[in-house]
Amino acid sequence: MEQPNLKYIKELSGDDVEFEEKFISILKDEFPVEVATYRDHIDSKETNKAADIVHKLKHKFNILSMEEAYRFAVVFEEQLRSGKTEMDSDFNCTLGKIDDFLKTL
Amino acid sequence: MDCIIIDDEATARAIVARHCSLVSDLNVVEEFDNAIDAIKFLNRQEVDVIFLDIHMPGFSGVDFVQTLKNPPKIVLITSDTEFAIEAYEYEAIVDYLVKPLTLERFVKSMGKIKNATRKTTDRPDQGSEEKKHTHLDKAEDLYINIDKRLIKLHFNEILVIRANGDYIDVTTENKEYRVHTTLKKIKEKLPDQIFLQIHRSYVINISKIIDIEDNSVLIKKMVIPISRSNRPELMRRLNLV
Repeated sequence: MEQPNLKYIKELSGDDVEFEEKFISILKDEFPVEVATYRDHIDSKETNKAADIVHKLKHKFNILSMEEAYRFAVVFEEQLRSGKTEMDSDFNCTLGKIDDFLKTL
Repeated sequence: MDCIIIDDEATARAIVARHCSLVSDLNVVEEFDNAIDAIKFLNRQEVDVIFLDIHMPGFSGVDFVQTLKNPPKIVLITSDTEFAIEAYEYEAIVDYLVKPLTLERFVKSMGKIKNATRKTTDRPDQGSEEKKHTHLDKAEDLYINIDKRLIKLHFNEILVIRANGDYIDVTTENKEYRVHTTLKKIKEKLPDQIFLQIHRSYVINISKIIDIEDNSVLIKKMVIPISRSNRPELMRRLNLV
């Protein structure tokens, strides 16, 4: 099972610990807001708006080096644009996994 | 080189800014989370390079590019390579980078920017488009043919011109005229500085706009739709603060 990790962020930061901390802080601020917005759109069945947020969230998957989750999100974004939400539950598992990971940082 | 970053995601902006800081001759002067604020900024200050997210809600990167009259070099930042094909229709776009960015690819992009800048500098000045409209700049009115009478209309009194089958309806401050012609033909008689087509059926006098909502403008009591493709040009023409 794929797990989020800091590989990309470490590469991006190099030896610059200050940048790394700042970047993680931005990620920790931005991620829950996007997740909440995503859930609101799903609850209100606004699938196109949900797709827009999935588009942003999939970038977070990349940042956390989650290639499988990224590929899943690409498909899910397309599904949402067709009004289909069946993949929501699996997508939520990934979001939960990232949420747990970010709390450890 | 001065640059700005436009992306609605804070993490994405931080990544671009980080890469810029690692390249010696790039100076990030401002970051924006939406295109409208960036347009306002660019009305006041020139930059050499724009790093632009193509997928933003409301006013996309492509809308933004269409808005700029003399755009600097633009590098698109995207999650979807499919947009890249559309992007290369615009001369100002010199490269596109797929998220997540890597330093190696970013440095390569810098090379493309420098090459493109060199080519632009070598090109002779192009002013022919401005010269083409000189006669319209001087004219202040036009004549419309109504029942074999030629009626003079000052440009400044025309509010809206609407296509209506084989006719056009010209709405002025005090009256409406139906003229047997096409929107395309009358547009050729109108100065570009004052009039703009904002929808396939509407040309408006920009100075008469009272306010603008998402997809419409208000002129007097008329609500005129703005088509998606014409919106960027309208935004560019407005004196945004």
